[in-house]
Amino acid sequence: MSNKPYFKLDGDYYSSRFSEAGKQEGDTLILNLGPQHPSTHGVLRIIVELDGEYVIRAEPVLGYIHRMHEKMAEVKTYVQYLPNMGRVDYLHALAWNWAYVGAVEKLMGIEVPTRAEYIRVITCELNRISSHLLWWGAYVLDLGGFTPILYAFDDREKIMDILQIPTGSRLTYCYYRFGGVSSDLTESFLTKTRDFIEQFKDRIKLYHDLVTGNMILRGRCVDIGALPVEMARRYGATGPVLRGSGVASDVRRMEPYSVYGSLDFDIPVGKIGDAMDRYDVRLAELEQSVRIIEQALNKIPDGPFISPDVPERIMPPEGEVYFAVEGARGKIGVYLLSDGTARPYRIKLRAPGYSNLHVFAELARGTILADAVSILGSLDLVIPEIDR
Amino acid sequence: MTQILELLMHPLALLVVALVAILTFIALNGLILVYVERKVAGFIQRRPGPYEVGPHGLLQPIADALKLVGKQIVMPKGADPILFWAAPLLSFTPVAICLLPIPFGPNLVGLNVNIGLLLVLAFTGINVLALCLAGWGSNNKYALLGAARAVSQSVAYEIPLLLSVLCVAFTSGSLNFSDIIETQSHGMLSWNAFSQPVAFFIFLVSALAETNRAPFDMPEAESELTAGFHTEYSGMGFGLFFLAEYSYMIVVCAVASVLFLGGWHGPFLPGPWWMLGKIYALILLIMWFRWTYPRVRFDQLLNICWKWLIPLSLVNLLGTAFIINLVR
Amino acid sequence: MSTILKTLNGLWSLIVGLKVTGKEFCKPWKTVHYPRQEVANIDSYRGHIDLVALDENPLEARCIVCRRCEEVCPSGCISIEGHAPGVEVEDRDSVRQLLMISNVFLPGSVAREPVNPGEKILRVLDDFRLNYNLCSLCGLCVQNCPVSSLTFSEDVYLAGKSRSDFEFNLLQRLKDRAGAVKFKKAA
Repeated sequence: MSNKPYFKLDGDYYSSRFSEAGKQEGDTLILNLGPQHPSTHGVLRIIVELDGEYVIRAEPVLGYIHRMHEKMAEVKTYVQYLPNMGRVDYLHALAWNWAYVGAVEKLMGIEVPTRAEYIRVITCELNRISSHLLWWGAYVLDLGGFTPILYAFDDREKIMDILQIPTGSRLTYCYYRFGGVSSDLTESFLTKTRDFIEQFKDRIKLYHDLVTGNMILRGRCVDIGALPVEMARRYGATGPVLRGSGVASDVRRMEPYSVYGSLDFDIPVGKIGDAMDRYDVRLAELEQSVRIIEQALNKIPDGPFISPDVPERIMPPEGEVYFAVEGARGKIGVYLLSDGTARPYRIKLRAPGYSNLHVFAELARGTILADAVSILGSLDLVIPEIDR
Repeated sequence: MTQILELLMHPLALLVVALVAILTFIALNGLILVYVERKVAGFIQRRPGPYEVGPHGLLQPIADALKLVGKQIVMPKGADPILFWAAPLLSFTPVAICLLPIPFGPNLVGLNVNIGLLLVLAFTGINVLALCLAGWGSNNKYALLGAARAVSQSVAYEIPLLLSVLCVAFTSGSLNFSDIIETQSHGMLSWNAFSQPVAFFIFLVSALAETNRAPFDMPEAESELTAGFHTEYSGMGFGLFFLAEYSYMIVVCAVASVLFLGGWHGPFLPGPWWMLGKIYALILLIMWFRWTYPRVRFDQLLNICWKWLIPLSLVNLLGTAFIINLVR
Repeated sequence: MSTILKTLNGLWSLIVGLKVTGKEFCKPWKTVHYPRQEVANIDSYRGHIDLVALDENPLEARCIVCRRCEEVCPSGCISIEGHAPGVEVEDRDSVRQLLMISNVFLPGSVAREPVNPGEKILRVLDDFRLNYNLCSLCGLCVQNCPVSSLTFSEDVYLAGKSRSDFEFNLLQRLKDRAGAVKFKKAA
């Protein structure tokens, strides 16, 4: 037993550990960014050591919104755990839905009807667009532009209206079921999606005019936080963060699941992995998602939206399974260990944001505080997903 | 009776009257500008802006002001009480003096002095002292960083501002605002904005930086420094900073319209209306900037100043001097 | 030279941005003025669950007290009381006993009993409570109901001042609804 008190009056465990870990020579300042700070998007806390405006060290502190989602799985039945997935990452809830449902289906060998697969593709890509839109607005807001986020929300609202029709909710969806989805797509959903896709193409042009070409924004993004491929691999970064560094890694292409194999889409990649590359990749992904939805809308067949031979009682056989999907922030993985009972023995959720976040500490070193904010924004973090 | 009139005609009495009028003007304009800013922001973002208090939200700024006045005034532990409270006052008071020498009409000027331009430039410089005190006095790291930014930014941008103003002083041969306006009285084409476009551009950019308006709102960059120098201020402490910011906007826009846009000269309408119209046109432009652009990074901000604006304004000044010599 | 060109290009990009916001400035609002206007997507709103009445008797729910919804609910917000005909309702314990025997009330299992359309209803619903405070609106109960006795309500403007405002007696709501309809018809 050490005599050191766990809590100190002049700062908590993390801040004292941070300052003990080696305060640099000279007149430096230790600054607490968060847990309540405009640019940490929720309750992330970052302790930085500043020399003037230069960041010497940075360390993220996690766990402020830890909700024990993994532990919860062990006391709930497979079906009861479904609503949890929408709450892990509330911005791309459907991808998490898919990862969990897919893992159980894989373990039980459930066949998903083709129509259900297409429904999943359409809704998941719509959700991806809305997630990227929110990131885009919030990132420009981090950089000090107030207006773009409201333009992004305008389109996001339309997507939420569309997704509300089959799912009944606007943010924390619980739509996918073992062997399909919970309700069929209606005619109004299909026409509304087609209309949205058409007008969204013009909106992307507006986004580029307003923000992408802007000299001030380019000054804040180009050559900021260049992430080498080697470093991205070291931290296990995935999604647009890795693709921005020039690696065409996308679960939809590398380990095709569902009907993605039969759909034609590109994987946009960047060159040097700076904030601008990550920005470009995400905006290009908006266009690719639009392409995917267009194809899926044309190809969607008739048929059942949920497999009729799913057992009413979900009791996967003993064994383990891993299933990954591509979320808006990267590779979402669900590892499931079943002991043959009605409840999962253990579930491990691989949150892409968790790996992506840890790139920050190394990237931010030596940059200006404003650049650190820009880098943090460009990683597209969703704190509830990181903490789970 | 004549004695009272004589007393009223005394320059000092006139000054007091002018000061009171200017303070009223500032307070009124503060309210109007808050409303206009929020409406402009709303319309640009395709929403109505304030709408519920009064018809079309016209009384919203009054409600806001009442809220600010009614709030409890809080001072953080460990703050320097004198500096902490001196800062908002110091930020606000020079504004009144800045508006004194600016003519709003042929005879509507608080203090017609020969060095009016110099007076304005000198007193706007006090604002940076106020921000510095606020940052230092609040015992807050964010505020301190904001104050450091404010000082380096203001010091840097005062140079191109001065140089661009000097060009106008050269061409008109005076530092008196009324004289400068007189040289621009021959229609729109005689405005200095057309004879000195580079100086006008530099003045506008520097004025944005001097008043800490977006895209140069470094000292209060809320995504980096939460609220910069006024992080710890609540209630009327914040209110005074806020009012001062809008008042400085009026000052720089008034100076810009006097120096470059012909002041109160204009057809049909009496002078003060033209003056107000020009000031508000410039303010709307500044608001339009704010709701369009992201924020410039701090070192880029200084780079723009030292590497672009200062050389440009120096060349401009030299060219102006050269041409004036030739003409003579 | 290229720096100057680049700068001029950049300045042009700033003007393009101004053009975009200027154009948007002149367009009408996109927001909906709430108390005066309503959003257009209320029809697809899903509120808390409600019981569905029998086609022939609006006062009685379709519910067969199979307790699937109670079992499947992730948050445990549904609680049901029922009895088999012929047993005194007051005698709660014996009702429970009876239900447990007939219902295979095993821990962790969903009550599974083949439900045929023509099968006689064995149990009568006495009480259907919903604690909406806990509900996460996943829709699993509605989906798992074998006789479609559950549906989503549509009250968008549901609001309350205390927790107890969201503890619903769904059977009572059903009866109130039926009464209201009857009253309307009579009037």
